[in-house]
Amino acid sequence: MLTKRIIPCLDIRNRKVTKGVKFQNNIDLGDPVEMAVAYSDGGADELVFYDITASAERRPIDIDMVREIGKVVHIPFAVGGGLQTLDDMYNVLGAGAEKVSVNSLAVENPQVIAEMSRVLGRQNVVLGMDPVKANDPRFPSGYEITTRGFRHHTGMDALEWAKRAEDLGVGEIVVNSVDADGTREGFELTLTKLIATSVGIPVVASGGAGVPQHLVDVFLEAHADAAIVASMVHMGHYTIAAIKDELDRAGVPVRKKW
Amino acid sequence: MIAIVDYKAGNLTSVRLALEDLGVPAVVTQDPDAILAADRVIFPGVGAAGAAMDHLTQLGLVSPLRQALDQGKPFLGICLGTQVIFEHSEEDGGVACLGIVPGNVKRFNPSDPLCKIPQMGWNTAEIRRSHPILEDIEDQSEFYFVHSYYPAPADGAHVVAETEYADARFASVIGRDNLVATQFHPERSGRIGLALLANFSRWDGTC
Repeated sequence: MLTKRIIPCLDIRNRKVTKGVKFQNNIDLGDPVEMAVAYSDGGADELVFYDITASAERRPIDIDMVREIGKVVHIPFAVGGGLQTLDDMYNVLGAGAEKVSVNSLAVENPQVIAEMSRVLGRQNVVLGMDPVKANDPRFPSGYEITTRGFRHHTGMDALEWAKRAEDLGVGEIVVNSVDADGTREGFELTLTKLIATSVGIPVVASGGAGVPQHLVDVFLEAHADAAIVASMVHMGHYTIAAIKDELDRAGVPVRKKW
Repeated sequence: MIAIVDYKAGNLTSVRLALEDLGVPAVVTQDPDAILAADRVIFPGVGAAGAAMDHLTQLGLVSPLRQALDQGKPFLGICLGTQVIFEHSEEDGGVACLGIVPGNVKRFNPSDPLCKIPQMGWNTAEIRRSHPILEDIEDQSEFYFVHSYYPAPADGAHVVAETEYADARFASVIGRDNLVATQFHPERSGRIGLALLANFSRWDGTC
């Protein structure tokens, strides 16, 4: 049976893994390559790396770091942040990444998704989205897409964007709730479920994981195909193995041997 | 030396890096002579079957691949490489493939709308018969899959392991003589995937 994926997310700033709440008050947690190996050895099913300052500093992603990770990590990993051109993306895949993730770039120019899908292959293209709750008739799903680290409101409805991105050619969608991010109070179940049951491609829930039960909820209630974890594992509160044990007990299929 | 066949079918870096980490010498090549000079051949690939067959033809690789197989070289197909060794694929409106192994490649057609296509993630390989490349790999081990189509060998004797997805039970490892092929990606399947690649690097092509 296909198992549900647990994906540690490593936000990178100045070559260090960092973590903040709602993109603020970041603290450094360790070396990305060492942490990637530890998570891979510890049963993570996939990894995602975001170069969180590349975009703001208008510089390309740290390709040497991607290369070092590719040499030692032999599970799939995605890379995002600061990817502007197809050449950048091609280089990231050539350095050993399985997938590239785009977010603001796709909102600003949706056609880039179609180009990426054609050149890189649909399965290598991940759309990250940062929806926020919006009680406004302009947003039928009840959620608006934000960009630029949640600072910019786009006027786009979250569900409409997800469906459009699927049509344009993304292989997977990461729904990263602005409201839940870094809170450790649970995933955004309503929107995750709405998107997961409306598109035909895998949906990854992101933001808010604090205890293993939150993953049980997002898999069983919201039908997510994968879930991103950050603080709860980075801070040492839980191991991947402990999370999987609890998912297994709750009847969620997980990979148990690695 | 292992030749990793480059036929413009996706990213081969992960295969090269996995072998590098194992300390196994390998070269990524489009050169028929390099393929025929190698001890072993890995035939990987991601993407679409139609484009893959076009590229193989344009690059003049169809007959070198057959020759390498006929010479008895240990030969490992991965993902799309595995699919195009069959006779026919339903992809791209129907594509005639290499016809090395009897059988077809079919599209997943799930009855459950929540079952996503492609299958993306880790799924179980149920081992049907022992094979040298599965040595020391436990039954029901999980491997990483990304695919919308699956191989259906005509001869059940060629099925080495099976996997279930989207109402289908399909051959996830196929073996015949010196040819072995996986629908999953051993190069992305962590320690267990590396063990399979290490087994392949030592395999003499006999069963």
